[in-house]
Amino acid sequence: METALSRSGLWLIGLLMAVLACAAAVDTGFAIHMGIVGFACIIGLIVTLRGVDINRAILAPDQGRYDDDVIRWGVIATVFWGMAGFLAGLIIASQLALPVLNLGLEWTAFGRLRPLHTSAVIFAFGGNALIATSFYVVQRTCRARLAFPGLARFVFWGYQLFIVLAATGYLLGITQGKEYAEPEWYVDIWLTIVWVAYLAVFVGTIVKRTEPHIYVANWFYLAFIITVAMLHIVNNLNWPVSFVGSRSFPVFAGVQGALVQWWYGHNAVGFFLTAGFLAMMYYFVPKQAERPIFSYRLSIIHFWALIFLYIWAGPHHLHYTALPDWAQTLGMVFSVMLWMPSWGGMINGLMTLNGAWDKVRTDPIIRMMVMALAFYGMSTFEGPMMSIKSVNSLSHYTDWTIGHVHSGALGWNGMITFACLYYMVPRLWGKPRLYSLRMVNWHFWLATVGIVFYASSMWVAGITQGLMWREYGADGYLVNSFAETVLALKPMYFLRAFGGLLYLAGAVVMTVNVWRTILGHQRGEAPMRDAAFDPAKDRPIIAAPVAA
Amino acid sequence: MSAHSTYDLLRHLADSWGLLLMTAIFLGLCAWPFRPGARPMNRDAAHSIFKDESDV
Repeated sequence: METALSRSGLWLIGLLMAVLACAAAVDTGFAIHMGIVGFACIIGLIVTLRGVDINRAILAPDQGRYDDDVIRWGVIATVFWGMAGFLAGLIIASQLALPVLNLGLEWTAFGRLRPLHTSAVIFAFGGNALIATSFYVVQRTCRARLAFPGLARFVFWGYQLFIVLAATGYLLGITQGKEYAEPEWYVDIWLTIVWVAYLAVFVGTIVKRTEPHIYVANWFYLAFIITVAMLHIVNNLNWPVSFVGSRSFPVFAGVQGALVQWWYGHNAVGFFLTAGFLAMMYYFVPKQAERPIFSYRLSIIHFWALIFLYIWAGPHHLHYTALPDWAQTLGMVFSVMLWMPSWGGMINGLMTLNGAWDKVRTDPIIRMMVMALAFYGMSTFEGPMMSIKSVNSLSHYTDWTIGHVHSGALGWNGMITFACLYYMVPRLWGKPRLYSLRMVNWHFWLATVGIVFYASSMWVAGITQGLMWREYGADGYLVNSFAETVLALKPMYFLRAFGGLLYLAGAVVMTVNVWRTILGHQRGEAPMRDAAFDPAKDRPIIAAPVAA
Repeated sequence: MSAHSTYDLLRHLADSWGLLLMTAIFLGLCAWPFRPGARPMNRDAAHSIFKDESDV
């Protein structure tokens, strides 16, 4: 009763502050955002007053059981935000092919929907997948219940509030204008608070472990959490114009600002989309294959090489800019060196299936994991190649970059996340199996064919664009105007949107499958593979009469 | 110390002893799992995720 009372008091104080900030706001965007914060406080207040029994899990947790509530919410959030992000991606891909779809409104223009798409897939879909799987893996590898259960719940709901504030901000035109770091100063501060809580829960669980060794997946998760905290804080050192307004200006200016941004931007790829997802790979691939990782030593080399090399690769985003030449070369050299640990990790994951390769044919979840690793290998080969200055002079600012990002994001991050969701859902909800394994197979093929359409159309588009931009005539003038290059790419934009449609269709199949698994349904279906049997041939041979 | 001489000092430190130190730490960390006697530890660590399938 006393806790409920003090909690209600805290929610009321939060609500009051939000209302005051809303009233004092110097711009509409900030007022709307404080309205959203106030609304979140009202939801918290209602939940507290209705007496939902959260105390049992938080105040008197059963240490003999894993704390899976937050993971279940995280799985649902991952599926939900994935659908939202993929749909936003399909819309903006269609807008590029058919500009009329911008609808002539500022809120639905490509420029505002694009960060909505990138943040929804990276931070909402990917971020929820990372939070959910990290809490799943750290408990199971440490053989200990999650530390600080109240804080873990705060991490989940706080992160969802961050996503809502970021997403609505983009539509309202609130942005720092930094790629993958668009949210403004107050949203950045909120994320920092949530992230420190996340670190505390994760490290707290490792500290109370009963298993002596810290399994390598946790190293990758920890590197992801710590590095993202560092990157986020440094790249968002901004000073607000008003403490009740949504505008701010960065501390770093000019080329220093650009370098900080791409140090952040590339390591967001390196530590959010690579280290964190490799952590998933190092736990879920061996578990699903029922074989230990191919080489534990290689996984440790993979880890340290990734940590030591990735952090220097950012300058390759600034080739042929005002950045000093030596810094560009440094970024290029470290990017090329990164190829080795990346392929070491891919080989480590794939060779885990050594002696069980038949599972690729019989188990569609393993097939997804193998495809994810194949795309990890492919995009970590393509990336170093594109970071070489002479290649970059052709590929930079073209759709080749977009194709590269998506072969990594759709192929590697998407596929490994789907596989992990399929692994966790029946276990988290205590069901004997997934609703349908054949639907996993459908998802696999829709996603794979979708990526092929996406990546190949963007290769063609990017190289076309790059060659047209650099084409000089005999008189020394550029041959093509920019609008002519856009017209040349139009068919490729349609093919790309079609690829996105297939990928989204696969995700719809997954949503149905996950939903019905949670409901406890099981689809009656033929197994993926069985030993051959032909009833017509299942009979004795009648000896032919011997000719007289 | 002027801004340029600070830059110059740090730049030369990064090019020489800093680089050497980082390389040595990196190589040391990579070599660590290959130390004599580590083989059973690596094997146990790789198998540790399957312990929950066999205990009660």
